[in-house]
Amino acid sequence: MTATFAPAAPHPAGSATAGPRSALGVSFRGLGRSFGEGTARRTVLRDIDFDVVPGELVAILGPSGCGKSTLLRAVAGLDAPSAGEVLIDGTAVEGIDGRCAVAFQEPRLMPWQSVRRNVALGLPHGTGKAEGDARVDELIDLVELGAHASHRPREISGGMAQRASLARALARRPGVLLLDEPFGALDALTRLKMQDLLLEVRRVAPATVLLVTHDVDEALQLADRILVLGRTPDREGATISEVLTVPGERPRDRASAELARMRSALLESLGVDSHRH
Amino acid sequence: MALPGAHTTTKAEGSAASRGGATAAARRASRQELARRIGLGAVVPVALVALWQAASTLGWVSAVALPAPASVVEAAGELAGRGELGRHIGISVQRVLIGFGIGAALGLALGSLVGLSKWADALLGPTIGAFRAVPSLAWVPLLILWMKIGEDSKVTLIAIGAFFPIFTTVYLALRHVDKNLVEAARAFGLKGLKLLTTVQLPAVVPAVFSGLRLALAQSWLFLVAAELIASSMGLGFLLTDSQNNGRTDRLLLAIILLAVIGKITDALLGVVERKAVTRWA
Ligand SMILES: Nc1ncnc2c1ncn2[C@@H]1O[C@H](COP(=O)(O)OP(=O)(O)OP(=O)(O)O)[C@@H](O)[C@H]1O
Ligand SMILES: [Mg+2]
Repeated sequence: MTATFAPAAPHPAGSATAGPRSALGVSFRGLGRSFGEGTARRTVLRDIDFDVVPGELVAILGPSGCGKSTLLRAVAGLDAPSAGEVLIDGTAVEGIDGRCAVAFQEPRLMPWQSVRRNVALGLPHGTGKAEGDARVDELIDLVELGAHASHRPREISGGMAQRASLARALARRPGVLLLDEPFGALDALTRLKMQDLLLEVRRVAPATVLLVTHDVDEALQLADRILVLGRTPDREGATISEVLTVPGERPRDRASAELARMRSALLESLGVDSHRH
Repeated sequence: MALPGAHTTTKAEGSAASRGGATAAARRASRQELARRIGLGAVVPVALVALWQAASTLGWVSAVALPAPASVVEAAGELAGRGELGRHIGISVQRVLIGFGIGAALGLALGSLVGLSKWADALLGPTIGAFRAVPSLAWVPLLILWMKIGEDSKVTLIAIGAFFPIFTTVYLALRHVDKNLVEAARAFGLKGLKLLTTVQLPAVVPAVFSGLRLALAQSWLFLVAAELIASSMGLGFLLTDSQNNGRTDRLLLAIILLAVIGKITDALLGVVERKAVTRWA
């Protein structure tokens, strides 16, 4: 997949159709989200203050149900926060934001359309036919689905569907790429291949990436910084409990002592006894 | 085959050929399957006709109550010879098609509107629900009073019969379109009509077709109801007219024709349905 692809040349800023194509910064300002009314009201997220630098890859870790998907949905504008706001490139997110693209926790492909048409769905509104076709071909090659481009989602494997979903998000040329456990449903081997693919993609299309994962090793392997969401016993709702900067150029040595130390610390802060894993 | 180099190519060609062969074989298998299904489906009708023939030749029932199959065929020939049979069938099919067409179009349009828009649901939902609660035959006297005994009243009654199955299936199916898919499409900037044609309508295609088939069956039901009550032509008229004249042979003929034509229209719609469902589902 590497051979056919031009290296990190930034996309020409020429045609006005494709929207932002450079990485954009994301800022969370006092973000909070509660669901329900009255006595049934439950706070899921509170007091999230954080700045993601343009081009950065931030992994978001946290126990199941702590609000990771909710956080991404707030960035995409699919969900409005109850408190605070999200800024992309300095302007507040209000409603569905064209500067973002999401790869959801489930592939969410249209079952009645081919893989190709599904990827094309991600193209920004107003993309020309020729330009769009070329971009879709490029992306399908990148995620190695060339042989399955005309298949329906039910005819491909779960891993292929997640790759198609990633390609659809990339078709948008987003300034901010939101990945919600994009490799969650994959076996260990495919997962490693997909992680390499993500690094490859980032060389080609420089977007800011927020990557939700529950895999500590994945976070350590891919991220510039790791943001841990957690609850404190005294207050309802999860907030940022830790921010770690991961040292070293990627791809990183999975056996390095420093990463091993960080791994233990992360597992501990997630409430897992690292000696038993 | 023996050469290692040749082996790899034959293998590759072999797999391509077997794939081509597989589709041809699959087509042959599906044709055989179809023939078997038609054969099996014909067993009971043929047995029924045989039983019928036996009942009349052996004198189990009087010829007045159950004329022999041959006399039904004779009756058909006689009516066809006078050109009446074609007229009865033609007008009935025409009424069903027009009424079904109108009812289906309205059902699709209103079902989509009420299924997609909360506002329209709140405004129209209760009223449509109340109308649905009226047994449709209760409209007959009113329709006849308003539109007299012409074509309009019959077509309207059939349209009413066809409307509700489609309205209900489309409305419910749109309510249950996978929210995740809709959200994904919205996240990629789709909205309004584009969202409707890209996600919501394709998602309900199978439901729309089961609604259409229900509606078609309803249309035939309402056709006969309309023609029984007031008409001078059509298969329903043939039924009452034969009853009044004691022509059991023609009565049986009308029933058989309704069964056969109803089955044919349903089968035609079924073919379209299968095509659409493999395309969209
Ligand atoms: N629309 C909603 N209405 C009510 N509660 C919601 C809604 N969306 C999310 N929640 C609640 O918010 C909490 C966080 O959900 P979220 O999906 O963000 O968790 P998550 O961290 O992504 O979990 P997982 O790792 O299992 O995907 C859950 O308790 C969930 O029940
Ligand atoms: Mg989640």
